[in-house]
Formats: sequence, structure tokens, C-alpha cells
Amino acid sequence: MNTKISIKGANKTFGHGGRTVIALQDINLDIANNEFVTFVGASGCGKSTLLRCIGGLESLSSGSISLEDAPITKPGANRAMVFQHYSLYPWLSVMNNIKFSRSLKTGRENLSSSDVEAASGRADALLALMGLTHVRDSYPNQLSGGMQQRVAIARALMPRPQILLMDEPFGALDAQTREVMHDLILYVSKLEKTTIVFVTHDVEEAIYLGQRVVVMAPRPGRVDSICAVDLPAQRNQDMKLSPRFLQQKKEILTRIRETAGMHTDYELLERMSKQAAD
Amino acid sequence: MKLGRQFFASWRAIWVIRGELSRKTYWMLALAGLLLPIAAWWWLAGSGLMDKVFMPSPSDVLARVFTWFKDESLMSDVWISTYRVFAGFALSAVFAIPLGVMIGTYQPMKAMFEPLTDFIRYMPAVAFIPLVMLWVGIEEGSKVAIIFIGTFFQMVLMVAEDVRRVPINQIEAAYTMGATRGEIVSRVIISSAKPALLDTLRVTMGWAWTYLVVAELVAANSGLGYSILRAQRFMQTDKIFAGIILIGLIGLAIDQLFRLFHRKSFPWLYLK
Repeated sequence: MNTKISIKGANKTFGHGGRTVIALQDINLDIANNEFVTFVGASGCGKSTLLRCIGGLESLSSGSISLEDAPITKPGANRAMVFQHYSLYPWLSVMNNIKFSRSLKTGRENLSSSDVEAASGRADALLALMGLTHVRDSYPNQLSGGMQQRVAIARALMPRPQILLMDEPFGALDAQTREVMHDLILYVSKLEKTTIVFVTHDVEEAIYLGQRVVVMAPRPGRVDSICAVDLPAQRNQDMKLSPRFLQQKKEILTRIRETAGMHTDYELLERMSKQAAD
Repeated sequence: MKLGRQFFASWRAIWVIRGELSRKTYWMLALAGLLLPIAAWWWLAGSGLMDKVFMPSPSDVLARVFTWFKDESLMSDVWISTYRVFAGFALSAVFAIPLGVMIGTYQPMKAMFEPLTDFIRYMPAVAFIPLVMLWVGIEEGSKVAIIFIGTFFQMVLMVAEDVRRVPINQIEAAYTMGATRGEIVSRVIISSAKPALLDTLRVTMGWAWTYLVVAELVAANSGLGYSILRAQRFMQTDKIFAGIILIGLIGLAIDQLFRLFHRKSFPWLYLK
């Protein structure tokens, strides 16, 4: 395996004194180059924290995360992040949002005129890839939620990041839009050869997108199990109804339910409906 | 009878929580809201219920504005007061915006300056008059200083709050695109907060005007606030009314200019 990201003995605690929370406990994981890995788990399992640590937005308490053997200490343009919402710049047009990284110092270093040309070509290509050409001069608040997330993805891809970190990027979209976005992001990951780390609470989404699904468990946040997805590489929506898909979905849901420490109190519900009937 | 019923039906129909109003209805109600108090005032002044000395009629006040303009120094009063308000306001903005941005961005700045600012802002600006007279003197500087004291501390806290409202995702997205700390402050935080900052300036400009009368307590011999105070000495209630209404009108005009500037500067907020 051609390792891209290597997580070794990662620990993260929040707070201090008597009120500490162990967000991550001894996480060990390698992510391969060009792999699509998804993380699922009950809330509080640390999946978002782990993603933020890879992004350099938070630092570990102990252990290490490295990108091609270089330890990650701070955020960088090689690890772009897509958030659930409110990350676009409402004062910039769609095109200028996408080009934002080019206007930064890191984007301008050692740039020749042919680079600048290539960059504007790339912005146009991303616009086309994401189906945004007709809204290039619109402002984000004129777009639907799905279109806004397309802009966010295009903007993240602009500086050709090695890794795309996605924190529940489709969590606020409706089910139909989400399906379209799933096929789009799978296509993009093949085309751009980007390694994608994707956090979600939707098990179906995790299986459909991921080559591997990492199931995390809360209190303390840890890796519970890793599930290699057994589906043809070229996904299509019908696969979501295949027995193999449903079987894996059931297995993962069972793990999440067991680790979440939450369950439906059927006895109570029954008692209440009896009372209501009386 | 039928018309009356129709009127009440449509009157009931517009009372929807967070409901919509047609433009026509909106302006009709707005006009009624402005004209009714004036009509009530006119009636009260003409009814003889109150002595004319205490309650001049709108026509008396209007007449007073004309004589003030013709025989006294209305325009120079307006000008000097506007100058004082703008000077105090601008001075306050020049210091409050950078300080507020820093307080809203960096926790150490917040720890150092926010409790202090919170404390000072509760001190009444009027109470600073003796000190200001001792320190700044009785020239123009002292009037500007009072308006500065009245607006600066509020402005700092409001600017800090505007900056804190910038969504963290906008900031973190910039980090993961390789932005430096300086670029995040200038290209993301300030750009993102600009519309809110302009609104803060608009609101604090209104407060600056309310401090005008206080400022012109300090050894002034011109200005709208000063004229109001002097008119009281001579029982010229019509002039008091005129001064108060003029300040209100100037404030309203400036407020509308701020709103216009907001629409022109931040077109994306007014789309759809």
C-alpha cells in the first residue's frame, strides 16, 4: 500500500482538570494514496476532531499524523477542507470564490505568466466539471444549497490539494440532491486523483462513497472497526438495494448502535400507549 | 356598511405574525404613523387645553424655523453641530474599529480590553464634562471629546461583536487554502464583517447625535443643542421644538444615506 496519511497513536483530550474529555484515544490508521475513506460513528466519537487534526486545524495531545512522512503541524493548501455550510464568501462571485486561493500569497509564489493562464484555465475547468458555468458571476446566496456545496468543492480543489477533507459536506442537503452529489464526488475523486477523507453520520453515504468505512465509537473516541466495502469500483445508485450493500449497512449500523449507548426504550413506549388507550 | 365590513376584513388579514404587506399598504400605514401624532399635536395646541407657552402649534414651530433661518444663525448652528458630531464620531471610529477588530479576533486582546471597556461604557458621558473642561479646555475640542466619550466605548464592543459573528467556517476554509494570519484578518474577517460594521456605524452615528446637546452644555455659544438650551432660558418653547425636530430630521437623513451606501456597497445582500 502506497501510504499517504499515517496516523500513529493519536490521542486528543479537551479541557483540563476534572473535566477532561477524551476525544481521540490511540488512533492508528494508514490511508493510501488516492483512497476514498469514510468515517462514521455516533456523535461524540471524534470523527470530526480526527478530520480537523489531519487538516491541521487542531493539534493532537500525543501521537502523530503525517502526510508522506512529514508530520502535520498546521493547516496547508495541500489539505483542502469542505465544511457542511457557511464557508463560502458571500461578497465574492462564484468564480472569485473558486479563485480565492490564487489571490493568497501562497498561491502567488514563484508564479510565471503561463502559470497564471493555467490557473484561470483550471478555474474554468472546475466550473464546468461542477456544472457551475451558468452561475459563474452569481453570488453564493443566489444559489441552492447543493450548488453552494459544488462551489465549495471546486474552491477546495482549485490549488490541487493532495487530500480533500470533507466534514459532513452533504449533511444539510435534501436526499435527491445528495445522491447527485455522491456520484459527482466519486467522479471527481477519480479524475483529480485526490485522496479523500470523508466524515458523515449517514451509513448509506459512507458505504456508497468509501472504499473503506472506518466505524468510530464514542467515550472515549476510538476506532471500533474498519469495514472494506465490497462493491464494484464503478458505483451506481441501484447498488444501494443489493443484498451485499444492505448486509454491510446492517453490520455497521449494529456496531454504531452498540457503541452509542443509546437505544429505544420499547417498554416505556408500550406503557405510554397503554395509558393513552385507557 | 359593506365597505366598512370589507375594510375590517382586510384590516384583520394584515395582522399575520411575520406576515407580508403590500408596498402600498406599508406606505399608507407609515404615513398615518407620521401624520397622526402631528395631527394630535395640532389639535392639542389649538384646543386651548394647554398654555401656548408650553405647547406651541406646528405652525408656530415652522414659523420659528423661518425666523431662525432668516434673522438668526440657523445654518451656522446646523453646520457647527454637524461638524462636532462628525468629528467626534470619526475620531471614535478611527480608534474603535481597529481595536474592536483586534478584540473580536484575538482572545488576549479581549481579555485585556473588553472588561475595561464594559466598565467605562456604563459611566455617564455627562459626568465627564468637568474633567474634559479641565483637560481639553472649553474650545471645540471639548465638544468633540464629549461625543467621542459617548460613542467610542459602545462602538468598540459592537465592532468586536460584529467580528466575532464571522462564521468560523469562513476562517477555517481560508486556513486550509493556505492563507496566512494577516490574510485571514484582512481578506476574510474584515471583508465578511464589513456590512455589519457599516450598520454599527449607522447606529452609533445616531447615538453621537444624542450626545450633541450634552456636548454643547460645555461653554458653547453656537449649535443646535446650545440653541435648545438657551431657548429654555427665554421660554421659547417653539424654538425648543424646532431644534429637537431639526436634530431628528438631520439624523434621519444621515441614517438614510447610510442605508443607501449599504445597498450600493454590498449588492449581494439585496439580491434575489
